[in-house]
Amino acid sequence: MRVELVKRPQHSALFSALSPFIALFLTLIAGAILFSILGKNPVSALYYYFVEPLTEVWSWHELLVKAAPLILIAVGLSVCFLSNNWNIGAEGQLIMGGIAGSILPVVFPDFQGWYVLPVMLLLGMAGGMAYATIPAFLKVRFNTNEILTSLMLVYVAQLFLDWIVRGPWRNPQGFNFPETVQFNDSAILPAIWADSGRAHWGFILAVVAALLVWFMLSRTLSGFEVKVLGRSARAGRFAGFSAGRLTFFAFLVSGALAGLAGIAEVSGAVGQLRTSISPGYGFTAIIVAFLGRLNPLGIVAAGLVLALSYLGGEAAQVSLGISEKSARIFQGIILFFVLASDTLIYYRIRFVTRHSDAAAKGA
Amino acid sequence: MKKLLMALTMAASFAVAGSAHSAEKLKVGFIYIGPPGDFGWTYQHDQGRKEMEKALGDKVETTFLESVPEGADAERSIERLARAGNTLIFTTSFGYMDATIKVAQKFPKVKFEHATGYKTADNVAVYNSRFYEGRYVQGVIAAKMSKAGVAGYIGSFPIPEVVQGINSFMLGAQSVNPNFKVKVIWANSWFDPGKEADAAKALVDQGVDIITQHTDSTAPMQVAAERKIKAFGQASDMIKFGPETQLTSIVDNWGPYYIERAKAVLDGTWKTHNVFHGMHENLVVMAPYTNMPDDVKKLAEETQAKITSGALKPFTGPIKKQDGSEWLKAGETADDKTILSMNFYVAGVDDKLPQ
Repeated sequence: MRVELVKRPQHSALFSALSPFIALFLTLIAGAILFSILGKNPVSALYYYFVEPLTEVWSWHELLVKAAPLILIAVGLSVCFLSNNWNIGAEGQLIMGGIAGSILPVVFPDFQGWYVLPVMLLLGMAGGMAYATIPAFLKVRFNTNEILTSLMLVYVAQLFLDWIVRGPWRNPQGFNFPETVQFNDSAILPAIWADSGRAHWGFILAVVAALLVWFMLSRTLSGFEVKVLGRSARAGRFAGFSAGRLTFFAFLVSGALAGLAGIAEVSGAVGQLRTSISPGYGFTAIIVAFLGRLNPLGIVAAGLVLALSYLGGEAAQVSLGISEKSARIFQGIILFFVLASDTLIYYRIRFVTRHSDAAAKGA
Repeated sequence: MKKLLMALTMAASFAVAGSAHSAEKLKVGFIYIGPPGDFGWTYQHDQGRKEMEKALGDKVETTFLESVPEGADAERSIERLARAGNTLIFTTSFGYMDATIKVAQKFPKVKFEHATGYKTADNVAVYNSRFYEGRYVQGVIAAKMSKAGVAGYIGSFPIPEVVQGINSFMLGAQSVNPNFKVKVIWANSWFDPGKEADAAKALVDQGVDIITQHTDSTAPMQVAAERKIKAFGQASDMIKFGPETQLTSIVDNWGPYYIERAKAVLDGTWKTHNVFHGMHENLVVMAPYTNMPDDVKKLAEETQAKITSGALKPFTGPIKKQDGSEWLKAGETADDKTILSMNFYVAGVDDKLPQ
């Protein structure tokens, strides 16, 4: 017997809308089973995971801190993925954005004033953008697989960050430890509500970016171009759209947003450059993009959910002694169920036995 | 269904909250850079935590967060422990320094202890270990045991703590064989068994016949065992992973310090400080000397005894830097400030320090 996926003639609009929720629900069930096997009470484990982090104001702040880079990056990735450009290197673009944006506070710390932050943010976007043009150029010019090139450039970026923090940009007063000087106050992205926690303007930037990209995708010709070329390159060509130009466009947008996420994280949450500035936001954002169904507004919600899984993992560790790996497992399970639900909306499963195979042939 | 689940979780929350309040205990939190199962750095901190629980019994209750990345996450993790009611918090990696200071400002009543850093505050103490004293003993052993006259050193990050170790190892070896060489490979990670194993293999292929590591996994020890050469363990006794391979290991004995500091909080005598303990204070302990002839063992024990008593200080001149310039004149010893900011190699190290 084998299993086949058969394309459905029509897919249900209802289930398309419900699919992320079904996926989340199945994730909860799978999580509960997992916790029971570990010998923990599944209800209290799920409580600590998904509810406890929402019971205090400070952890709402932390939620926004975590969600900001995820949303920013995933919004950019949605443009890439919708247009069939597989940018897996957002992590590298984030790092390059972080580095480029830090030029002012690290190299010219005496430069202080209101203009410092906007320049930093612009430089951050430029850094991410420049780095994203590399895989875009390779794809358009040499037909190189962008999944590989963008992914491999992540490691280059990580090592470049490591080198620059250890070498030229090292804090001269820092006992040779690999980190730059602390940014001065005018280079720090301000907190939104400084009295109650450290959520910074990165989240606002993320929401604005989501709105802008949503508008672009749903209301403008560029958005139409993205979708048409993404679904059928041939149809796009007939319409006179250039696939090469779109590849550049998608990579530039996602690179800029990843770079912005990088500098916002460095300036808002960390306050200096260090050998590592992201716990893999660029990769987790891929899950966020799909959980949000590649819709920028859905991505805002999805970013909050994934951010919650980070915080929940930590809360469960403190309260129940569950390993931090469980957060990663949850993220993996969510992605699995999201992709599975989406697949089953467009396809149905057919079990092919030898008998039915023969019958089909006979017919 | 969703509502039902919500109701269930709410109900559970009250049940849990109800049982949480018991007798007044000192709650002690730990932040770990790796998993306690690394059998190296974090494992030893976790052993220290367990020793504290054993020694102080009912008086303490401990919690830890593992594999906390340095950077923005560290601040949240530390704050979480502070908010969970921990009044003594150990942050056990250099990279937590600024995050520890920031959280400490928000929670003036909580005592913080940061390992291997240099920033202190009224409620932030710093504790550090003279691992390099153990490295010196290892260097002596390596020079005696190596036929090739060259040892391989797997480094994590080129920060002072690691550079101290490489230099001290080199000086120990040179005290036996002035022509001894050390090759260094940087893993750029504290814990990455795959990379560490690759580094070990590369070193063996370059002809070293002794391996020592300043990374936290047991992978290099296991590679050395496969290739039938000798190796030194790191942070914990790794003899299980190389019964015929391990010569000795530097064991980080954090337990007594953790007990002492928890007691100080209980007595109300806790004060901030910046300590740099070594063999003398029993923080650096050597695992049993194994897989070596008796004369080498005897020499190692003598060296250890001299360092413990203070008769031998590893960084005592004459010492030349790698570039040939003089660092310490004959009889001159390096002060702690120089040691804690060390960013150069001594002569004989076959590597260029990344900087």
